[in-house]
Parts: sequence; C-alpha cells; structure tokens
Amino acid sequence: MTHLIAVYRQQLKTAIAEQLQYRAALVIWLIEVALGPAVSISVWSTVARNEGGEVNGYSPSGFAAYFIATMLVNYATQTWVFWEFSRRVREGEFSPLLLRPVHPIHADIAQHLAYKILMLPVIGLVTLILWLAFHAGFTPSTANLATFLPALLLAFALRFTLEWTLALLAFWLTQVNVINQLYVVVVLFLSGQLLPLSFLPAPLQAVTAWLPFQWMVAFPAQLLSTGLSAQAVVTGFLAQLIWLLLGLGLLSLTWRRGLKRYTAVGG
Amino acid sequence: MRTYLRLLWTFFRVSILGELAYRASFWLQIVESLIDLGTALAFVSVVFSYTRVLNGWSADELLTLIGVYFLIGGAINMIIMPGMNRLIEQVRQGTLDYVLTRPEDAQLLVSIQQIDMWKLLDVLLGMALLVGAMLWHGSLPGPLQLLAFALTLLAGAVIIYSFVLFLATLSFWYVRMENILVIFESMYEAGRWPVDIYPGWLRAILTFVVPVAFAVTVPAEALTARLTWLVLAGTLLLAALALLASRLFWRFAIRYYSGASA
Repeated sequence: MTHLIAVYRQQLKTAIAEQLQYRAALVIWLIEVALGPAVSISVWSTVARNEGGEVNGYSPSGFAAYFIATMLVNYATQTWVFWEFSRRVREGEFSPLLLRPVHPIHADIAQHLAYKILMLPVIGLVTLILWLAFHAGFTPSTANLATFLPALLLAFALRFTLEWTLALLAFWLTQVNVINQLYVVVVLFLSGQLLPLSFLPAPLQAVTAWLPFQWMVAFPAQLLSTGLSAQAVVTGFLAQLIWLLLGLGLLSLTWRRGLKRYTAVGG
Repeated sequence: MRTYLRLLWTFFRVSILGELAYRASFWLQIVESLIDLGTALAFVSVVFSYTRVLNGWSADELLTLIGVYFLIGGAINMIIMPGMNRLIEQVRQGTLDYVLTRPEDAQLLVSIQQIDMWKLLDVLLGMALLVGAMLWHGSLPGPLQLLAFALTLLAGAVIIYSFVLFLATLSFWYVRMENILVIFESMYEAGRWPVDIYPGWLRAILTFVVPVAFAVTVPAEALTARLTWLVLAGTLLLAALALLASRLFWRFAIRYYSGASA
C-alpha cells in the first residue's frame, strides 16, 4: 500500500510538471468549459420564460444551478483515456508501460487527478462567473451536501472504470474514434449533461434507469443543485456501488483478454 | 478574378487527389457529420417538445438556423481554417518565405492553400436542412428574401474570414497562435442558437468579439423574414470594413515579417 502511495506521489508530480508547460491550454479550456453550460442555461431559461416562468419544476435560476452543478460534476468525473488508447496501441507506446511493475491504470488515474487539481482554480472561477451571471439558485439540504463528496468520488470511480474498459477496445479495433464519438453523444444525453433527465421522452427515461450513465453525472449534480430525498440518495449510492463492481469485473476481464491480444500482435 | 478562381480550382483538385488515397476517411467523415447533425436535431426536438416558440423562433425557423450553422461552419472548416492553421505553421517554420516569393498575391495564396474537401459534406447537409425547413414551413421565401440571404451569407463568411485572418496574422508576433483558432471553433458552437436568447453580455461577445452572430443568426434572420434594412446595411458595411482592416493588417504584418528560415 505504501508502495502504491509512493507511485502516485511521483506520478502526480510528473503529470503536474508536464501540464504546467501548456498554460495556454488552461485558458482555452476555461472558455470551452464555461460556454456549454452558458448555452444550456440560456436555451432552457428562454423556454421557461416562454412557458410562464417554469418548465417541469425548473425556473431559470433552477436551470442555472442544475447546469453549473453538471459542469462541476462533469469536470470532476470526465476522462479522456479512450481518445489516447488507440494511439498507444497502434504506435506501441504500450510496451514500456507494461514493463513497469505497476498496473498502467494507476499512471492514468494519477494523470487525471493531476489535471483536475491544476484546473481547480479555473473551474472555481467559471463557477463564480456563471453563478453571478445567471443568478443560480441552489437548494440542497445539509444532508444532501454532506453526501455530495462521496457520491462524486463514486461517480468518478465508476466513470473511470467504464471509460478505461471502453478504451481497451483499441486492442481489437484500429479505428475507435467513431465508437468514441457515439459514446460521447450517448453520455451527453443519458447522463443528464445536456438536460435534466426528467426532460427526456418517457421511453428514453425508462432506458436510462437500466444504464450506468445517470449515476456518473446526474445523481451528484442533483444532490448539489436541487437536492434529493433520503430514499433517492440511498438508491443512488446502491446503484453506483453495483455498477462500480460490475465495471471492475468487466475491466479485469477485458484487460486480461486484451493483453493476450496485444502480445499476439506485437510478437 | 479569373486567375484566382482557377487557382482555387487547382488547390481543390490537388486536395481531392491527395484525399482519394484515403477513402476510409470519407466514411468516417459521413458518420461524424451525421452524429453531429443528429445531436443538434435531437436537442432541438426535445426543446420544442416543451415550448412552441423559442423567443419568437418556431421549430422550422430554428431548423433554418441550424442549416445555416452547418453550411457556414462547413465552409469555414473546409477552406478558411485549414489554410490559416497552415499559415501559422509556415510562420513558425519559416516556410512562408516560399509563398511570398510566388507571383500571386500572398494573402490569397495562404487563404486557399489548404482545402479539407470532406467538410463539403457539412455544407451539403446544411443545404439539405435549409430545403427541408422550407418544405416544412410550406412556403418559399420571396426573391428579395433570397437576395438578402445570399448577401448576408456572403457578408457573414467575409466577416469570419477577416476575423480568422486577423488572428492568424498575429502569429507574425506571437508564435503559439493555433490555440486561438481552437477558441474560435468552440465559440462558434454557440451559434447553433439564435444569439437573441443569450443574455446581453454573452450576445455582445458573440456579436463583436467573436462575430458568430453575423455568420449564422443574421443570414437565418434574412431567410425567415425578420431582418430589418438597418441590420442588413450594417452587416454589409461591417463586412466591407472587416475585409479592408484585415487586408491592411496583413500588409502591415508582411512588412514586419523578416523570415525565420536559413
């Protein structure tokens, strides 16, 4: 265990040093990350005002709170491994990673954490600006706030596990970009990023209940913005745990098979 | 003018020849464009299941706007962006020297030197959307409206071109400008919606800082008969001024450029 902590400390240090070289990218990221919620809030606030101040229980300030919360959760849970994996496999970058005595997933986790730590001031600034500009109204209970962080951590673990598994597809397919793109769109709609899930057509809502995506974004975001009943919180945590366990099982299975495949190609 | 059109055609042909070697990317681009379009349409249909008009825009009018968004976006990504990205690269590597020694106008050459022909798909999709929106609306726009649409479309393209050229020209002084173009691309996405739904500060940014409003909203307004003469005249005037300003800035920058090669 202490061994793993040392590994993480070193990985974090390297990743932060690496990222600091691209400071201009921070500004780009600031604009990109702020624009999405600003557009969503504007669109849905306009709808709410057209319909007499409220749609589906959301007022303009409620929408603002929801989309700011979604942005925060998305920032905390987002990964980009599946964009890098195909290059790694194709160009043989995986071989040196496999030679290391630790599982390569740890390096990726550390890299993501480093990036998130560096972006923290940026995201804080964006939150503040959007909050003031759109008069967001957050209404969670203290109990909701207390459960937010654990829910966020589980959401990150779940999303990272699923997306790392998805990334492993690169062992079998050479062109994964289309699959990745489809995945991004599905997540955009079914995780609650683009709109609160209660706005989806009824059949789609039924589908989301059986998929892991809403537990990666919508659940923590609602805890923070509107608040959830005690029952909904318990259901949410259970669903997150079950999906996480399933995801971890799938990950180790896919990893072992993929590795065999990789050695076959490389040897 | 004829020479310039011939040059454009030559660059286009070269790009086709180059790209035909990679036919798989044609299918990838189709899938990518369709995913993009599907996402936009799905989002709009959800929005309009909760309201009949969005700030005065009905569903078919918003479809018109999305059509313009794809049309202009496709044109920008087909001709303007690849050339400007390459210009920034050339300034950094010093290969711009070779362009400057050619007998044709350098600004023109760098503007059309690289064409990503697959983006033509987005242009075609945008046109198809425009036709679809008109059929849905049930009536064709009158000749005056079509004329206004053509004029504003051209003006919007000119404004965006001048703006991007201005940004790319800054690379004569600052080396890392490719990031700026990425910012522009992500701001362009806000053009999927009429700019009048945004709060004042954001609308001001999208109109005057990053002129997305002129490229998408104004032509869509022309086609849906909500454009006033004042806005039309203002847009045309602004396009002329922008083109002139970017031209002057380019000339000024070229004089400053001393070459980095050898």
